[in-house]
Amino acid sequence: MQRAIPSSSDVNPAIKFENVRIGFEEGDILRGVTFQVQERETLVLLGETGTGKTLSLKLAAGLMRPSTGIVRVLGKEVSSMQERDLLEFRRHIGFVFQEGALFDSMTVGDNVAYRLLEDGVKDQEIEPRVLEALRFVELEHTVELFPSELSGGMRRRVSIARALINQPPIVLYDSPTAGLDPVTSQTIIALILRLRDVFGVTALLATQRLQDGFALANFRFDPAAKRVVHSASNGHTAGGASVAETRFLVLRDGGVYFEGGQEELSSTKDDYLKRFLV
Amino acid sequence: MADTPLQIADREAKAEERITVTGVLVDAVKGAVASVQEYALLCGRTLYALFTPPYYLQDILQQMDSIGAGSLPIILLSGFFIGAVMVLQTGSQFTRFGQSSLTGDVVAIALVRELGPSLTGLLVTGRCATGIASELGSMLVTEQVDAMRAMGTNPIRKLVAPRVIATLLMLPLLTAMTDFTGLIGGCVASVFSLRLTAIEFWRRAIDALDFADLMQGFTKPFFFAFILATIGCYKGLTVRGGTQGVGRATTQAAVLSSVLIIVADAFLTKVALYLADKLF
Repeated sequence: MQRAIPSSSDVNPAIKFENVRIGFEEGDILRGVTFQVQERETLVLLGETGTGKTLSLKLAAGLMRPSTGIVRVLGKEVSSMQERDLLEFRRHIGFVFQEGALFDSMTVGDNVAYRLLEDGVKDQEIEPRVLEALRFVELEHTVELFPSELSGGMRRRVSIARALINQPPIVLYDSPTAGLDPVTSQTIIALILRLRDVFGVTALLATQRLQDGFALANFRFDPAAKRVVHSASNGHTAGGASVAETRFLVLRDGGVYFEGGQEELSSTKDDYLKRFLV
Repeated sequence: MADTPLQIADREAKAEERITVTGVLVDAVKGAVASVQEYALLCGRTLYALFTPPYYLQDILQQMDSIGAGSLPIILLSGFFIGAVMVLQTGSQFTRFGQSSLTGDVVAIALVRELGPSLTGLLVTGRCATGIASELGSMLVTEQVDAMRAMGTNPIRKLVAPRVIATLLMLPLLTAMTDFTGLIGGCVASVFSLRLTAIEFWRRAIDALDFADLMQGFTKPFFFAFILATIGCYKGLTVRGGTQGVGRATTQAAVLSSVLIIVADAFLTKVALYLADKLF
């Protein structure tokens, strides 16, 4: 598949938060958060409930605006863009919501085709692209079903298919494995690996499950073998390329508590971080 | 899991805040002003979307079917019996003065000018404003509205404008149906209760109506349609508090649009009577 949108190769980093602050009536949730995600990198956002993980994703997608600070995505300052420009810009970003957020009045096929229908793509072009996206998540047979007829894991997979339909260079995942059984979670992680390793997607992934992040750091999708393999095999080392592509950022009390690679996180002496490792 | 220092600090800070009557009143006024501002913004954006492309024709047709055809049974049934009840109530008074034939005049004027538009507005509010609020509210709490925005779609154009357009087109037609079935109901009641002939009833009813009455009766539904559709959308798109919030928003949509329709009716009647006096 070819990218339907401009490459972000001339933009570095892909996502950048500069001293971002946002809050509600209850108080500030993020208090001057700064981090960046390089192109083709996966940044795993960790944190307890209410620490601003989902908020960070929504800020990156321009669905919310920070009180102060700057959010840049693909070189554009989304924190100051007009809603009209944002609507156009968001077509370059895939967003996988926590519960899938599929349109329940539409079939799976229409859900996946939604973006193409909005763009006025011809019907004869839509069908093969929808089937291709659904084939990617191994749910081709569900095209005529409604979301209510799918299991939780299947809904997340359809949501991933919907996010990748126009090959966005950035995909934002909001707790993609939350509430799923271990086997289904593995399937979702395998799909995220495929998106990353086959299409070179830059990802910001919010999760409470550290094992998801470690899986992303330790495994990769081998396009030749068409399966997930350990990064240490086939010339990749656990401390080499794959670790550089997956970093971890822990949010706590409105700020960045930890930022670094898998080895730093797994060998931490910090009591708070150790709670994630249990 | 133990509380973080931030959570503990926040709790202590909140405990120190003292609740006063003035504080509660100020918060309530601020909240009300903010709501009016949000609603005005939604109305402004909706009006802009009504007059500028793109339009979602498929969604407009779906909503026209749901709001128009879907409301038809309750409109026909209610209209018929409202007309009949009016004849029964007024007929007994007119009979005392030997003027039972005047019931046709009264029913026609009351239905076309006032009862048709307002009762249709209230009935459609009960059915559709609540439906709109609960549908959009459910979409909001399940992040479907955010998903729509994330995929580059303006929810005002996709969700609000089709519902407003469909209501604007359907409510005047439903009002006409209420008026017509109301007159049929009145005719039936007149024939069986007051021993009037159907021809006499219809002749009096039609003769009693002026162009100004029709103008008044068919202008009001456009305002009522805008009120009930925008209030339904506003309440749906500002839901707070999950599924419980959806229920609350649905109730608020019904109450608020009903009250606003009645208030607007009073002002519109005054304006219509003034214009009728000046123009016709």
